[in-house]
Amino acid sequence: MREVAIIGSGMTKFGELWQKSMRDIYVEAALKAIDDAKVDHIDGLYVGCMSSGLFVGQEHVGALMADYLGFGNVPAVRVESACASGGFAFRQAFLDVASGMSDIVLVGGVEKMTDGADVTYALATAADQEYEVYYGVTFPGIYAMIANAHMKEFGTTREQLAMVAAKNHKHGSLNPNAQFPGLVSVETVLKSTMVADPLRLLDCSPVSDGAACVILAPLEIARKYTDVPVRVIASGAASDTLALHQRETLTTLKSVKLAAERAYKMANVRPENIQLAEVHDCFTIAEIVVTEDLGFFPKGKGGEAVEKGLTSLEGRIPVNTSGGLKSKGHPVGATGVAQVIEVYEQLQGRAGKRQVRNARIGLTQNMGGSGASSVVHIFSV
Amino acid sequence: MVGIVGYGSYLPRYRIRADEIAKQWGMDAEAVKKGLLLQEKTVPAPDEDTITISVEATRNALKRAGVDPRLIGAVYVGSESHPYAVKPSGTTVAEVFGIVPDVHVASFEFACKAGTEAIFVAYGLVKAGLMEYALAIGADTSQGAPADALEYSASAGGTAYIIGKERVAAEILDTFSYTTDTPDFWRREYQFYPRHAGRFTGEPAYFKHIVNAGRELLKKIKLSPKDITYAVFHMPNGKFPMQAGKTLGFTEEQMKPGWIVPLMGNTYSGSSPTGLSATLDIAEPGDTILVVSFGSGAGSDAFFIKVTDAINEIRDKAIKVRDMLEGRRIYIDYGTYAKFRHKIIMAE
Amino acid sequence: MPSPRYRREMPQRYRMEAGKCKRCGKVFFPPRLICNNCKSREFESIILSDEGKVVSFTVTRVAPQPFLMLQPYVNAIVELKDGVRLTTQVVDCLPDEVTIGKPVKIVFRKIQEEGESGIICYGYKCVPV
Repeated sequence: MREVAIIGSGMTKFGELWQKSMRDIYVEAALKAIDDAKVDHIDGLYVGCMSSGLFVGQEHVGALMADYLGFGNVPAVRVESACASGGFAFRQAFLDVASGMSDIVLVGGVEKMTDGADVTYALATAADQEYEVYYGVTFPGIYAMIANAHMKEFGTTREQLAMVAAKNHKHGSLNPNAQFPGLVSVETVLKSTMVADPLRLLDCSPVSDGAACVILAPLEIARKYTDVPVRVIASGAASDTLALHQRETLTTLKSVKLAAERAYKMANVRPENIQLAEVHDCFTIAEIVVTEDLGFFPKGKGGEAVEKGLTSLEGRIPVNTSGGLKSKGHPVGATGVAQVIEVYEQLQGRAGKRQVRNARIGLTQNMGGSGASSVVHIFSV
Repeated sequence: MVGIVGYGSYLPRYRIRADEIAKQWGMDAEAVKKGLLLQEKTVPAPDEDTITISVEATRNALKRAGVDPRLIGAVYVGSESHPYAVKPSGTTVAEVFGIVPDVHVASFEFACKAGTEAIFVAYGLVKAGLMEYALAIGADTSQGAPADALEYSASAGGTAYIIGKERVAAEILDTFSYTTDTPDFWRREYQFYPRHAGRFTGEPAYFKHIVNAGRELLKKIKLSPKDITYAVFHMPNGKFPMQAGKTLGFTEEQMKPGWIVPLMGNTYSGSSPTGLSATLDIAEPGDTILVVSFGSGAGSDAFFIKVTDAINEIRDKAIKVRDMLEGRRIYIDYGTYAKFRHKIIMAE
Repeated sequence: MPSPRYRREMPQRYRMEAGKCKRCGKVFFPPRLICNNCKSREFESIILSDEGKVVSFTVTRVAPQPFLMLQPYVNAIVELKDGVRLTTQVVDCLPDEVTIGKPVKIVFRKIQEEGESGIICYGYKCVPV
């Protein structure tokens, strides 16, 4: 396999984009990426999108976006893995270029969630329909059960969960693309409406529209397009049971652990080498568990780590400098690629007020449902 | 010998007190409680209905009967609150216990006596030798119109009887049914609440049919009330069954074990079947029981039952009615009651 | 819930029928075609225990439409005596009476309805013992 680099990126603001359709936002982000990379053609296109069918009644979006982007005849396909659709689309694009099959590949994630569809119903399709959703459990409920188990087993506190939200909003306040850039205090989180005990409204990522695109090219030609090519040095992915109750344990996300192990092995790095990470904080508890399963902290110590500031911008391993799903927003399919864009810009030194000093190796972790699928990528300059 | 091989009841855990309903409508709670001899009634949770109640009652009956469900040849559910207007409640009960597919299923309807109808037919089929066992259930989640007297009594619950010929615990010795076309209480299709004809539901309806059915059966078996151990009557409230029993010549003591309405309310098709269940919970071998149901429209099914030695082997195998009536209960307010009973208009 | 899908799930929802791998003994609920432990494709049908305990739970306070009447309700992961876990609701008690480790038993309840005119769907829930 040959080495692959990112040569351009572009994303829309995340939020309730009433004036723009799904096609509009994908094309907007893609054109920004094309302009950033200054490419005049692409060899292939990937769309990461969880549920365009349920949200806007439209499937077949690979072909649709290729056409609307003006590259009507390139091979194009949609990749789906629930909330990890973007990350897996990126992985497919990476493999397409690494294998030598294609040279310039555009990969973008998109989701248009505000067009009036039943969002709860659509998101619930990521869980086990007959054995979880049938019994009235919602996604906040599933993660709440993980939270309760984690709190009981390791003593993780309600305040530590709130600190994840407060930290991510602090980071997001420095991100011009964030949906909710306002600061949020721990007290505000603790007083917000209870959604599924113990998770409150401000423990949950929002419903958003948005799109995020990057362009990949083989390293050998990357310098034609950018002065600072960011190399994709690893892609690791793993699956696990859909239903939370069928997992080996409720407090470890095995798919994250395995995806990370595979990525670390491929890149020949260890968790300690990672200088910043964009992780899937669909709910505050998710960030805590994921940072443990990525190997940044011992099992059970993820809450303590946030409390000690280890994952803040100035901390030992800044997590979610973009604001995470919580503050930046979570247009489901777009998230995986937006995470890549944050690391890309950080490694290029373009992250402005969010810049992590001397960032040379970064990691993204995207996951679907309650952890049934996970994909981890590692990048370096 | 044909009779009851297993019996089991189920009552929901939620309760509402008569006081709480009276408060809602500005009525005198003490007068209501004295007039109806009712304290509280069972309320089905939003996830309970006649089918779920029938299933739980059957589970208890099977624990007592100890028979392989696959030997049951018929499943009959009698109710006036079948969840579907067209689709019998018995098919789900049969499916839950693996009694399908070689089984006969039917739904019965005759106001509050639909349960004893099911027993009547089940008994007939087993007696005729057409099947080894038959399952008869009387269960309801009846609706009482707001601010109406029936709101105090319309409750939820049910009892299941497995009728057979082997190891009979209570033999059904004789029956008598008394029926006329008497429109005392009815519900038209598509109406949410039933309607009744006020005081006409008393003497010309309830009392006429129960007393006549009771009298004719006593004549048939050539016994008088003092020769019989217990009596159970349909219980629309606390007063009527006591009055009917005394008219026939029974004493309060004879009716007490089956007189469960003050705490249960009127479980309609489950009423006399559950009264009988409560009586079987304490009856001794050799005891006899007269059961007379009443269904508006109107009719009464009377049964003469004799308890055998086998009752001692089965009685303790499942929960008893008194334990459900007096055990852990959850009291709710009128708002919760209205929500549970679908009396609140929700958005589409 | 469309009728064909509902009918197929009845052995599990009504009778708790599970599949036990003939080779390694792992129990699958619902039954599967291939054991994910030893890859055997032969199973025997068993009925699950109706007793268990709460492994984790939450109180769902923002309910999806079909469950609005029950809001707030307790969702829980329950582990049955035979080691099988399932996701269900714990009912017939106040939400704050539920704790991790609480013993429960399986009961048959109505799960959801397809509106006013669709089919009624039943299944398993738990109540405190």
